Amino acid sequence: MTLLKLENVHTYYGHIHALKGISIEVNEGEVVTLIGANGAGKSTTLRTISGLARPRAGTVTFQGTALNNVPPHKITRMGVGHVPEGRRIFPELTVRENLEMGGFSVSSREVAERMERAFTLFPRVKERLNQLGGTLSGGEQQMLAMARGLLLNPRILLLDEPSMGLAPVLVDQIFDIIQELHAQGTTILLVEQNARMALQVADRGYILQSGQIVMGDSAKVLQESEVVRKAYLGEE
Amino acid sequence: MTAVPNIASSTQRSPLEALGNWLLQYILRPVLQILLFVFIAGGSISLLALVVGFVLQTDWHGIDILRVPARINLFEQVVRQLPNMLLDGITIGFVYAVIALGYTMVYGVLKFINFAHSEIFMVGGVVGYEVMIRLRAADMLSSLSPLVVIVLMIGVAMVICGTLATVVERVAYKPLRGAPRLVPLISAIGVSFFLTDFVRGFQALNRNVFNMPYPTDQVTFFNERIVLAQGVSTTNTTLIIIVSAIVMLVGLNYFVNATKIGKGIRAVSQDQATASLMGINVNLMITITFMVGGALGGAAGVLYGLKTTNVTPYIGFIPGLKAFTAAVLGGIGNITGAMLGGLLLGMLEAFFSALLPYFPALGLGYSDIFAFAVLILVLLFRPTGLLGKKVDEKV
Repeated sequence: MTLLKLENVHTYYGHIHALKGISIEVNEGEVVTLIGANGAGKSTTLRTISGLARPRAGTVTFQGTALNNVPPHKITRMGVGHVPEGRRIFPELTVRENLEMGGFSVSSREVAERMERAFTLFPRVKERLNQLGGTLSGGEQQMLAMARGLLLNPRILLLDEPSMGLAPVLVDQIFDIIQELHAQGTTILLVEQNARMALQVADRGYILQSGQIVMGDSAKVLQESEVVRKAYLGEE
Repeated sequence: MTAVPNIASSTQRSPLEALGNWLLQYILRPVLQILLFVFIAGGSISLLALVVGFVLQTDWHGIDILRVPARINLFEQVVRQLPNMLLDGITIGFVYAVIALGYTMVYGVLKFINFAHSEIFMVGGVVGYEVMIRLRAADMLSSLSPLVVIVLMIGVAMVICGTLATVVERVAYKPLRGAPRLVPLISAIGVSFFLTDFVRGFQALNRNVFNMPYPTDQVTFFNERIVLAQGVSTTNTTLIIIVSAIVMLVGLNYFVNATKIGKGIRAVSQDQATASLMGINVNLMITITFMVGGALGGAAGVLYGLKTTNVTPYIGFIPGLKAFTAAVLGGIGNITGAMLGGLLLGMLEAFFSALLPYFPALGLGYSDIFAFAVLILVLLFRPTGLLGKKVDEKV
């Protein structure tokens, strides 16, 4: 079943034409990855889905509802969990408060339950509960950002460069967790520069180049394609 | 990690223990913090006063410039005046602190200085007057318990000013949310003039008055004196102002730190886009911030009216400017800083008001020069304010 669908989406930042007619689909239970160089429009695609940026043309449909005029907080409450680029932890809130923000629209009992569930994947976050978010290390902040995203209890999780700036060990950990989430049936749209890792965990993938989808296929096909191997996997 | 905070224990705590923790965290700690600030502000100003008094009692002091021999021992005078000076400083300091919170909260979420806040404060003062004279007209001013009168005045002022602040936000600021920074600032100044003259016109037509003296003399309780020590006494009004201000500061602390909405407001002030990704309605949080700030401003207006016993449509400007200064002094955007800044500024003002009458060439009216000179000095060395943090963004 198609959960999320973008049809011919054009998004602008002022005069900059960032997305030039993008169409993608994410089905329930899938991990789909968006691969592309810097400035290709990966983050803009996610921002357009979660309502932080508005498409000038085209439609974003989630569970059959058009999102074009829905404010971001309502899109979130409909089940779109966006873990933004750069983690965006609230630095002056404690780790616990950061997590509570993820459960802003539900009861505190529900928040406590969801927190316990998130801790099974992110035990490190539990150890830091009373620390301020800004005092965490980069890896811990990424864990917290993802845990906070899970507190939203999303139908689809949008992950924007979860491996950015992390040590290789931590990158492995993050991708293990993504796989674990996949196994639990979470639908994920993953934006990554680390194409090798992304294609390993994904079912399908799209290649984005200066605001346009140039290729879209199963992860296996992409991994073996000549173009992808040269441009994104660094192979000769 | 050995010291792992155990979340499971929170469910196992006995209710009594939970209540104890709650009292400690949200009542006792903030009250102690406020008292600490009072001591810091009072202590530093007392020290300043004593040093100035001591230095100026020697031959070369200011009076000498005018070739008038010193007739008084300044040091003795300062020592004698110190307790009253401190009390005065605390009272006006708390009023400034409560107003300053309105500026600092709005700045925190929108990075915008709401210059209309001073007029919200003025409207609070006028509402306090209206409530009081209506009670007097109904012959209830002397029959009702003074506590009820106070709660009624502050309560009505908070409701009206909270509503007014949200209306102002909706009409004059929200449509300009995406505009350059200067535009809403000018809009705020426009609102400020509008409110001043609207109130002036309204009261002129309604009651044909400009000065609105509080009929505090009708409530004997307000003017009863409490003797704190020999030669040191104060009125109940002072006590009412201090106590109500502390109650509001503690209440605000609870609201901001313990409630879901308060935490949402803090999240919005740190990162609006991410807050909206958490399902937080950013516009609603901004509206609530204006409402709370406006309600506090209105309450401060009543307290100010009780202290000065007279309000006019023009009382907003100077206290508003001072409260804004207090917010900057403490570190704008920082709620704790606003309290400290307000108390310090109040103390400085009280100190110079007490000292200057001994210098006939200067006089009481110049006290602001010195208070603000100190402020400029502080900002030269700490541009972010006393409790402000250096802003560095982590990517």
